[in-house]
Amino acid sequence: MQNITSYLAPRRMDEALRAMADGNATVLCGGTDLAPQTESGARPYKALLLNIRRLEGIGGIETTAAAVRIGSLTTISEIRRNAALATIAPVLVEAAEHFASDQIRNAASLGGNLCNASPAGDMSPPLLVLGASVELASWRDGAVQTRRMPLEQFFVSPGKTAKLPQELLTAVVFDRPATDFVGRFRKSGPRPALEISTVSLALGARFAAGKLSNVRVAMGSVAPTPLRARHVESALEGKKLDSATIAAAVAATAEDAKPIDDVRASAWYRGHLARVFVEEVLESVRGN
Amino acid sequence: MSVETEIRFKLNGSEVHLKVPVTMKVLQMLRDKLGMTGTKYACGEGECGACTIKVDGSTINSCLMYAVDCDGREIVTIEGLRSPEGLNPMQQAFVDHGAIQCGFCMPGMIMQADYLVESNTGLTREQAQRGLEGNLCRCTGYTKVLDAVASVVEKKKCHVR
Ligand SMILES: Cc1cc2nc3c(=O)[nH]c(=O)nc-3n(C[C@@H](O)[C@@H](O)[C@H](O)COP(=O)(O)OP(=O)(O)OC[C@H]3O[C@@H](n4cnc5c(N)ncnc54)[C@H](O)[C@@H]3O)c2cc1C
Ligand code: FES
Ligand code: FES
Repeated sequence: MQNITSYLAPRRMDEALRAMADGNATVLCGGTDLAPQTESGARPYKALLLNIRRLEGIGGIETTAAAVRIGSLTTISEIRRNAALATIAPVLVEAAEHFASDQIRNAASLGGNLCNASPAGDMSPPLLVLGASVELASWRDGAVQTRRMPLEQFFVSPGKTAKLPQELLTAVVFDRPATDFVGRFRKSGPRPALEISTVSLALGARFAAGKLSNVRVAMGSVAPTPLRARHVESALEGKKLDSATIAAAVAATAEDAKPIDDVRASAWYRGHLARVFVEEVLESVRGN
Repeated sequence: MSVETEIRFKLNGSEVHLKVPVTMKVLQMLRDKLGMTGTKYACGEGECGACTIKVDGSTINSCLMYAVDCDGREIVTIEGLRSPEGLNPMQQAFVDHGAIQCGFCMPGMIMQADYLVESNTGLTREQAQRGLEGNLCRCTGYTKVLDAVASVVEKKKCHVR
């Protein structure tokens, strides 16, 4: 069952990346996904258990005039309480607000949430509409190598990402949104707290003179990965935000949302929720 | 058998030094290795809050935290709330308000409630309710729990004045 042969909790990045260079490491951060997945036997451990919570330089939230950088160790609680994010990217803070419980938020990391690649991961829709990229680091040719990838390309299938086994997610970065950027987040589950999203939706766009532009819409739990709703986006791009536009966007929802039936909800109900959320977030922006 | 590693941390103010299997969770370490059974095991999956403890001042579910990650940290469990003078104000308030029924959820509930008033002196009833969302009580005595929390918030305010 468990074939762990060593455990490490390094402070230095190069040390961590070297140790995982053969791709035979299980990365441990807050453990809120890893613990239940390994306890249930759904996931075996690899030879090295690598605790990354002591690593220096991959925590914290940095904001400059041009960009935002959130280290992968950053907890959901830190995002929820961050004053700069509350003004620059409230759509992300809103999603953190509706994430699990206080105890889980205090342990759960942003990096872990993305690497777990759940179609229901709550950090994904807001980061997709913020146009975020992930930073991936590995040890190659005797040095630390990093690459950036748009978050949209990161998710491959449930539980699977484009990250290589020898790579660590070090940070999430996005350009500082324009001053006329509007963001909205909606999430639904059978009860308000501690709930894996039945459907989640985020909207991000520039909104000036009654018109939407640079529109990004992202949905969770309506497909094998969190996704950008391109059909809804094109129904909105450059359009005046009136009842006809909202109706067109709602009608386009079914082109993007291809949900399944599972224990949490039926496909029909998920499709319905997605349409309701599209309408709600657009009405909310219009009402502002 | 999974490998073991040595860890050192502070538990309720005292230094602890021991060897733990690297996949062991803090909850099992506390209960089975250290004999501290105040922290309860209920769901084992982060859903109920019965296993809530404080790590470096923040509450977490000890059933999900790896024991190895305690290394270098300060852990407080329900056993650590009491002082030589008696129960801590939150514990006393739970008793005074009859908030405890069977008691199984209470160590976790009290740890979380104590954390909430510590991190927010002006805690409102709604904030307390939201903050306790991760703590389930099978006896469903939530109203008296919220009354107990509110009484501690009130007392703290009087203290400041
Ligand atoms: C009761 C409960 C309720 C929950 N509710 C929600 C919810 O409402 N919304 C939601 O979105 N999620 C929810 N979750 C899941 C959420 O807690 C996790 O997705 C969390 O964010 C993962 O972070 P972690 O630090 O705990 O990761 P871990 O469990 O430590 O790791 C998660 C995965 O990512 C890998 N990993 C972690 N960090 C890195 C990194 N930097 N680089 C490479 N690989 C890495 C690990 O190997 C592992 O595969 C819930 C979980 C529980 C138990
Ligand atoms: S036992 Fe840990 S949350 Fe239920
Ligand atoms: S008092 Fe019985 S479970 Fe809460």
